[in-house]
Formats: sequence, structure tokens, C-alpha cells
Amino acid sequence: MDFQSCVNIKKEWDIVGARQLGRDIARKIGFGTVDQARIATAISELARNIYLYAGTGKVCFEALEDMNQKGIRILAIDSGPGIKELSQVMEDGFSTSGGLGAGLPGVKRLMDDFDITSEEGKGTEITVIKWLR
Amino acid sequence: MSTLKLDLENYKELLQEYIKTQDEQALYQAEQFSKQSMQQNISPEEIINVHIQSLQELYPEMPDYIQASMNFLLETMISYGLAYQEHQSLREKQLELKSEISVAANMQKTLLSTVKPDVEEVDIGALSVPAKQMNGDYHHFVQDGKGSLGIAVADVIGKGVPAALCMSMIKYSMDSYPEMRMDPSVILGSLNRVVERNVDASMFITMFYGLYNSNTHTFSYSSAGHEPGFYYYSDRDEFEEIDVPGLVLGVSPETSYTQYQKKVEKGDMIILLTDGVTECRQGDRFIEQEEILHVIKQYSHLPAQETVENVYKHFERLQDFHLRDDFTLIILKRNV
Repeated sequence: MDFQSCVNIKKEWDIVGARQLGRDIARKIGFGTVDQARIATAISELARNIYLYAGTGKVCFEALEDMNQKGIRILAIDSGPGIKELSQVMEDGFSTSGGLGAGLPGVKRLMDDFDITSEEGKGTEITVIKWLR
Repeated sequence: MSTLKLDLENYKELLQEYIKTQDEQALYQAEQFSKQSMQQNISPEEIINVHIQSLQELYPEMPDYIQASMNFLLETMISYGLAYQEHQSLREKQLELKSEISVAANMQKTLLSTVKPDVEEVDIGALSVPAKQMNGDYHHFVQDGKGSLGIAVADVIGKGVPAALCMSMIKYSMDSYPEMRMDPSVILGSLNRVVERNVDASMFITMFYGLYNSNTHTFSYSSAGHEPGFYYYSDRDEFEEIDVPGLVLGVSPETSYTQYQKKVEKGDMIILLTDGVTECRQGDRFIEQEEILHVIKQYSHLPAQETVENVYKHFERLQDFHLRDDFTLIILKRNV
């Protein structure tokens, strides 16, 4: 995967930067206001997870285009402590970041495709895609 | 997409009508619109989006700051939308769990079912009602075919599914005992070892085991920390607590149980129960023992089964039809 645009997440302020960049890309692809807001919220959630639990990491964006559809792919990657119980964090009502209804299940709902790999002690990689309809 | 478009048209018309008339009719239709949207799982931010689009079409000259403020509102609704969707999926999960539990409760009913024996010499009434779906109380009758009737009443400390699972184990241990060996002290001693070996240390089971010999009209019994029952002397018209010592099941493998015996005269009653009966509450107040005995006395002229049912109805009503604990009541009355 070749990601052109990335935002490093080190401080809370970087979450805003990631949202801004992601929203700009989404707008250029042609997403409407509601989807832009959803994509920005998903980015927030991913970036905040990095900021809170891994310390540092990055969020990258890629515009997708094939014959049938357009979309945006977002990759959130960190080398933090990793997640031991993936099925648990993907469960509704488990979220610990204090954001009601958000957490990773929230990100999954906001986007169309969701994939996560995580290794304890090595880090976490989350890839999400939203397709333009 | 086409249905959403349709909704947009609909919403735009409603909004326009309301702005023009400001009457209740349009507001009522707005209510209908929001209900329909919820049926289709539409999130609040989508409604706001429809609102923004309607405004843009109705007022092409809408000032920028209104437009910007609307976008701001939409953004703040995203998390509410997520919470709404989470709520929906948790609700589905809850329904699933509920139906699973009701299947389990039915299964438990079949597993733990016991047939109230028909004995000429003794009139028997028995009733067990769970507070929740699963019953943590248990009662069981065994007959040896030679005039002896074994009666077990047990209560798991705790309610619901864990208690019910525990009871199934007790039932199967009891089923495995030969019918010749129904001495209460032996049965409790052996169940104690089963419970001690197989059940988590935080779970306790109390049990009363009685054996009625209808040839000699003697009642032998032992108790493992169970709620004391009552004995009614017909000649004296008096109740007496059947309070005998005995450690609850599962505490120590070494426990042994003492067996007691009583001669039962005609008209005498043996009343066995669980703490769901004695700990009935009226408001915040626990009912007194005298009240229970008074109520039993009041209905004791009836056949035993009707007595227990009437006593239950009395306390069910007293507690506003909301049981706090599983309720089990058994009455044996010597007929002849």
C-alpha cells in the first residue's frame, strides 16, 4: 500500500490535524457533509486511541479509485503495547476511552470496511475504508 | 438512496408547511416522520442533513453563518448517532439472551421436575415459584414402594442461572442414590461431599431432607443449615419450629449430620419451606414468623395443595406481585 499523506500522532493537537487532512481528502473525493463528518469522527477515534494507549503513531490516508467505485482508505498504525483481547475491544459497551458509543465498534459502524491486526508488545494496525455511494 | 430522496422531499414539504402555518398538524407529522426514521434505523445526523438540504432548497439565499452553524450541529450529532446504533445492537443482543434464558428455564423445569406422590395416609401440598426465570430452589419426592416417602427441599444461596445450574447437579446426585438407602443423615452426608468437590467455594447450598414412614407414622429428618420448617400439633393447636443444627452443604468434606425423629399424629402437619417464604417483605419490613403461621393456619382446613397455593397467593399480593426470592412451600398432613 502506498500512502501519500500521513499525520504523526504525538500530542492531542495532532488529532485535529489528522481530522483536517482526512476531511479535506474526503471532500475532494466527493463525500457529502454527513460522510465527511463520519470519516472525521472515525479518524478522531483512531488517532485518540494512538494518543491515549500507544503514545505515538501515525494516521495515513489514501484515495481509492477503481472502475466501479471511489473511496478513502485510512490506516492507523502504532508500535504501542498492542491489544490482547481483540474480540473484547470489538464488543459494544466495552469502550474505555470514555466516548459513549464510540470506541472501535463505533469506528466500524462509521466506515464500510474494517480490519485490525495487533500483537502484544509490538503494536496495532487498523485499516478502514469508506466507499462513496 | 431513492427512499432517502423521497424522505427529503417529504421532510421539505413538512418543514415548509410548518414555517408557513406553524400549526400542530405539521408538528404531529414531524413526530410521525421521526418515528418512521427510527424504524429505518436512521441516525440523528442524517435528519439534520436532510434539514440542511431542505433549508438550502427552500431558501437559496440562506446566510453563510446559518449554513455553517448547521454543519456544526451535524458534527455534534455524529456521536449521538453512534450511541443510537450501539443501543440498537445491544437491544437485539438482549432479546437474544432473553430467549436463550427462557429456553434454559424450560429445560430446567423438565430436568428438575418431580411428581408429587399420591399417598393415602398423607395429604401433600407442594409449590415452588422462581423469582426470576430460573429457580434456585429445589424440591424432590422419592418413594421406596414400602411406605417410605423422602422429601428434599434445597436452596442455593444466590439466584438465577448459576443457582439453577447448581441445582441440576444436586438433582442428579440424588437420582443416583439407591432407593433403599434414604436415611436423611446419610443422604445429606453424601451430598455434602458432592457439593464440596464440585461447586465453587463461594456457593452454598442449604438442604432439608425428611423421610416419612407411613407404616409407623414417624418422620425422620436432618438439616444442612436449611431455613427451619414448622411442625403443627393438631391436639394442642400449636406450631413448633423444626430447628435442628447442621452445617450448609459444601463447606467441609468431614461434616456429618444428625438425624432426628418425630412421631406424627393424625391431623399433624409438617411444613417445609425456603427463605423465600420467611423473608417475604411488606415494603421494607420483613414479615414476622407469626404472620406466616397465621396465614397457614387460616387455610389449613383446605386440602394441602390448596393450602400452599392460597398461602402463596397471600404473600404474592402482600409483595405487590413481585417476588424477591424463589418461593418454595411444602405441607404434609397426616390424614388417617
